[in-house]
Amino acid sequence: MKESDPILEMYIFESTQMIEGTEAVILDCEDASSFSPDSINKIFRNMHTLKGSSAMMQYLHIADTAHAVEDLFHILREKQPAGLDFNSLSDLVLQSVDYLKDEVRKISQNEPPGGTAIALVNQIQQFIVSLQSNEASSHSLFVYHAIIHFYNDCEMENIRAYQLVNRLNEVAERYFYDPEELIENNDIVRNIRDRGFHIVLETPLNYEQTHEFLMKTSFLQNLELQMLDAWPGEQLRDGAPAKDAAFLANELESERLNTHDPATAEKLNPIQALQSELAAIRSAAHSPMISVHVQKLDRLMDLVGELVIAEAMVTSSNDLHSGNGDSPLYKAASQLRKITGELQDTVMSIRMVPLTATFHKMRRVTRDMCRKLDKEIEIVIIGEETEVDKSVIDQISDPLMHLVRNAIDHGIESAEVREAAGKPLYGTVTLEAKNIGSDVLLIVKDDGKGLNRAKIIERAQQNGLLGAQHGELSDRDAYNLIFQPGLSTQDQITEFSGRGVGMDVVARNVEQVGGMIYIDSVPGEGTTVTMKIPLTLAIIDGMNVRVGQSHYTLPTTSIKESFRPLHNDLLTDPDGNRMVMVRGECYSILDLHERFHDRREQTDFTQGVLIMAEQNGKSLCLFVDELLGQQQVVIKPLPAYLRKLKRSSGLSGCTLLGDGSISLILNMAELVGISHTAGS
Amino acid sequence: MTIDTAPAIAAEEDELREKYLTFTIGSEHYGIEIRYVTEIIGIQAITEVPELPDYIRGIINLRGKIIPVMDVRLRFKKPFREYSDRTCIIVIDIEDISIGLIVDSVSEVLAIPDSDIVPPPEYNAMTNRYIQGIGNSEGQVKLLLDCSKLLNEQEADKLAHIN
Repeated sequence: MKESDPILEMYIFESTQMIEGTEAVILDCEDASSFSPDSINKIFRNMHTLKGSSAMMQYLHIADTAHAVEDLFHILREKQPAGLDFNSLSDLVLQSVDYLKDEVRKISQNEPPGGTAIALVNQIQQFIVSLQSNEASSHSLFVYHAIIHFYNDCEMENIRAYQLVNRLNEVAERYFYDPEELIENNDIVRNIRDRGFHIVLETPLNYEQTHEFLMKTSFLQNLELQMLDAWPGEQLRDGAPAKDAAFLANELESERLNTHDPATAEKLNPIQALQSELAAIRSAAHSPMISVHVQKLDRLMDLVGELVIAEAMVTSSNDLHSGNGDSPLYKAASQLRKITGELQDTVMSIRMVPLTATFHKMRRVTRDMCRKLDKEIEIVIIGEETEVDKSVIDQISDPLMHLVRNAIDHGIESAEVREAAGKPLYGTVTLEAKNIGSDVLLIVKDDGKGLNRAKIIERAQQNGLLGAQHGELSDRDAYNLIFQPGLSTQDQITEFSGRGVGMDVVARNVEQVGGMIYIDSVPGEGTTVTMKIPLTLAIIDGMNVRVGQSHYTLPTTSIKESFRPLHNDLLTDPDGNRMVMVRGECYSILDLHERFHDRREQTDFTQGVLIMAEQNGKSLCLFVDELLGQQQVVIKPLPAYLRKLKRSSGLSGCTLLGDGSISLILNMAELVGISHTAGS
Repeated sequence: MTIDTAPAIAAEEDELREKYLTFTIGSEHYGIEIRYVTEIIGIQAITEVPELPDYIRGIINLRGKIIPVMDVRLRFKKPFREYSDRTCIIVIDIEDISIGLIVDSVSEVLAIPDSDIVPPPEYNAMTNRYIQGIGNSEGQVKLLLDCSKLLNEQEADKLAHIN
């Protein structure tokens, strides 16, 4: 299969959407502990379409699995069997979803497909069979058809019937009756007298109990009670309940027999197929959305980036400013600037994706972990509609998953411990996203036991991360130690976490996207991890500086202030580390000349500018020769070849300046981090 | 679609086979397979990137695309020579990596059939590690470069640095 086959691409895209949609519905249903007809229909439709398209693409193993799930939901939809085992049902469906996901991923990555899911399909078929036998034998709800005749001379038959209907609420899950309008219509009395009062009800009571219950009706002369196989639908009024039920059962039986032959099943079910097809067409025609390949968007983004640069070259050119401000060229140039700006904003907004999908993945994680760890945890999702750049989403979904796992595994205590502590038995993990200026805050909060300060400090000392001065650490500093490599307070390694490689990787990932992470905790009340992530990675507000002949750009967000130091404020310690006093505080100086260039003589700091930068709560002064100005820059990654060659970096990418020259973007997190480890 | 394009691609491949772009460094003539070459540009402003081996001169802006440039002279441990208007950057694309090679001057495209290429002598395998063969074209000898080795042979270099 060729890589750029558009049909295959479409198939992969649609299948992924349908599979994910199914997963989301299942999780919703599980939360609500019931499968609503809507969601059953949705899953059924998804699986039906998936089956069709997979068969068309010749991925028969996928088609078979989808078919099995479709059968299952067909039965659920038609029969609505009672006493359904939700847990095993959703386990089964999620298992199938996982399988399908994996297979589609294999297709998209050109890997050979895995084996057919015979075991899975068999399991589903067994489940279907068990559902049907359930239906037939050990059904916990029974359906009855009762015909009631009142004494001829009792009068007001309609009122008596009405009273009976009211009593039915106590015992029947659902019911309907004929004639329908008991009060408004006076002809009813005669009708009931002639035909009797018909009730169809579904109740957990057995035949005797139901009979007894109905016999209690006052003025009851005669009761005919008949047990039905299945809920007959509204056709009862036509007077053929038994036939209807039998027909339904027949149809289901033949459907089941034909599960191995999609074509026959299709024929048996032409109306449904048509309906779902129609629904698909309708939604496609009405949907105001189109899906675009990310590569195209990246390309568009690149082009717009270049356009912005070209525009800056034009508008800043001297030719333009030599004329007077009224020249047509000048006007055209300012129009150009406006349009490019808008274009840039629009392209950025196209790349913005809501966090919904990422957050909903966490629901699945929570569910699976709760099952395994036998904990009861509710996951609360707030602000899932918050939008961030696609590339940011890709970068943070792993850290987020890790944090959620940590919260569930270590944060939330077992039910017994919670009970003893007087907390609600089920734990709560809150996942929240909100916009703060040009950043997004992602908060993972649990109401578990909180972090153990003493233990963290002990571990940190064991690992040599901390000197003897731990008494002076603020709580926040102490808790944030867990982002250091190799520090896990968990004694046991579990399947999910505890290897001590977790939190530092999370922190590193977050720093890679230019974000910050910090943790707050109250013992006994829970832990809150907050990630501050920039909305986009592609464009930042940058300050251009000159160091020797080279140009560098640093993110404006990390700059606190810039100043020219006085000679008296500069210090040098015996090791040669240079520092500066600012308002009574001492900061170390990182000389960018020294860091990035071979320079022999010592820089005279009073001739240049110091920029105080802050990242992750650490401050550092950078020495540069000159500030060149502030500008929005489009970040481009360094060529892959260079990234392979370099060990330590301190650079997060590069950008093109207005004159077409290249400026290197400083990675503040790394610079600050490096100077600190070097200092200690 | 597949049926139509396959012979076309094959034909194109065929056209590019056995053809070499030749260039000079000092008095030596070198050749690289033409299928790796995307374009040839004059020397232009190079932005220095810190902490890289000296033969990587930095990065250039090739119409909005940022690519690294390697001075082949320095790569071969020859003395640095100031760039002039004869100096060229050959942009090659190999294994999805775009990189510019700075050479003294570009000569021509030559067809050298495989039969006219001999493997490099084996006794000094260490110094000849970038050469995949020696081509003979009308009495003139061209050293044919192995591009992927030019890019990826870091390990031997590091050893050399330590020594």
